Amino acid sequence: MDTSVENGIVTRSELPLRVINSKTPEAIVKTKNRIKRSFRQIRTENVFKRTLVIMGIIMVILVLGILLTLVVQSLPSIKALGPKYLWGKVWDPVQDVYGAWPFLLGTLLSSFLALIISIPFSIAVAIFLGEYYPNGWLPNLLKNTVELIAAVPSVIYGFWGLAVLVPIVRNMESHIGVEPVGVGIFSSSLILAVMIIPYAASLGRSMIQMVPSPLKEGAYALGATRWEVIRSVVLPYTKSGLFAGVLLSLGRALGETMAVTMVIGNTSIIPKSIFAPGNTMASVIANEFTEADKAVYLSALIELGLVLFLVTVVINMIGKRIIDRFTNE
Amino acid sequence: MHFLVNIPKPVGETGGGIANALLGSIIIIAVASVIAIPIGILTGIYLSENRKSRLAYWCRLSVDILQGVPSIVIGIIAYFWLVKPLGGFSALSGSVALAIMMLPIIVRSTEETLKLLPDSLKEAAFALGMPFHRVIFKVIVPVGISGILSGVMLSIARITGETAPLLFTAFGNPYLSTNVTKPMSSLPLLIFNYATSPYNDWHDLAWGASLILLLWVLFLNIFTKLITRKWKVQL
Repeated sequence: MDTSVENGIVTRSELPLRVINSKTPEAIVKTKNRIKRSFRQIRTENVFKRTLVIMGIIMVILVLGILLTLVVQSLPSIKALGPKYLWGKVWDPVQDVYGAWPFLLGTLLSSFLALIISIPFSIAVAIFLGEYYPNGWLPNLLKNTVELIAAVPSVIYGFWGLAVLVPIVRNMESHIGVEPVGVGIFSSSLILAVMIIPYAASLGRSMIQMVPSPLKEGAYALGATRWEVIRSVVLPYTKSGLFAGVLLSLGRALGETMAVTMVIGNTSIIPKSIFAPGNTMASVIANEFTEADKAVYLSALIELGLVLFLVTVVINMIGKRIIDRFTNE
Repeated sequence: MHFLVNIPKPVGETGGGIANALLGSIIIIAVASVIAIPIGILTGIYLSENRKSRLAYWCRLSVDILQGVPSIVIGIIAYFWLVKPLGGFSALSGSVALAIMMLPIIVRSTEETLKLLPDSLKEAAFALGMPFHRVIFKVIVPVGISGILSGVMLSIARITGETAPLLFTAFGNPYLSTNVTKPMSSLPLLIFNYATSPYNDWHDLAWGASLILLLWVLFLNIFTKLITRKWKVQL
């Protein structure tokens, strides 16, 4: 056997001569085939490595492409309407008046209301599963159920809200003396709250489980009760993590489309109270995108999408940063 | 069974089924998976093999951003990338939109799974003189297959219920259709359209479709849980 082949440092030009000098014809063919094969393998290896790099580049291009498409397509509206688009109070495509304020307000109201409703539940679930009962069949069942809440499609939440929740809210509204519409910002906040509980809860649970036990044991040794340990050791230690969980669920609530579209009532008037019907950025896009007949109309809707994209990206990035810092500590 | 193999009847006639939406969902998801799974797994491999390079940093950031993009925005994007150039709503554009939503989940789960594998596995394979691509496909991927698989299943479970990206892309279709260049119905689209309609017959259809969709999604999730528990993967 030719040693230079075994070492793997042969070059194409010197190899065949030396091989041919020392081998029978069959052996020459065999060796040539082997050399061909290893060259082919090297080529495949390089192609594969290049493919991997290309995949990485594709991801970056994809995100840049999304941003670029949104910016380019909303240029007509940015040019025609300027920055006052964002706080314009009237949205009337028939009159060619476009102001995004009703939708910004609707989005903020419904998301923050949902956040306020969901925080007690998600933190309670997180503490229960993370501190009181981390193991056992009942907590496990609860944990899996909470995760399945996140898995239910949003259109089903919307349908359920429309058929079950809206009549209940309407009933309640007629009792407390507001106009009994049923659909509106309050109903959509309730649905959103149910939808976002799992995010903050499961994140909070893993954060609470990461609290070092010497800290807790120290507090117990000083005679603290369980509630005192949670209040003065666990919660302060995990507060940045819990905050990140809340931020991530806010990002979720802002971008949620279908469930909100189905129960919020879809009017482009500025909501007067939290029980009034309204519209969010995502729901107005979903409703009017295929109906937009004028170039400015369409591009005003896309500008809404651009705003939504930027806001959710920033919120998600901040949340992820906080979690990364927390887990690295 | 009648419900599953018939297409919806016009308003006023009772009966009818959701066959068009069921078939549409399956086709759209299948095409989306064909697009997203190879790209997602390869990107995940790239990220786990190149942890420190600058491109990997930007790539990871892009995947993070992609994960947070609202689904309605992805619908807009697919509309401008595919529906407008091709001149009409099509199931294919819906598949692309859903594929974009699947990517970050697959990439993340692949990367996290492969990162956990001990380096000695790879080093042993390299020491035997295996070329890089064979080390990846014969050693690394088979060992991490359970984590990768559960990521794929989770991503399918997530896009099964997505409606928003399909509103301006697949659009919906009351008839049975298998042509991916034409509008096609899907379960969530049918639920949305029929739930917001004023007719009781259509509401009944929507409830039935919701049940099917819910069972499908829950089955996928529980199945994934069982896989991860059996093979002891951490996600």
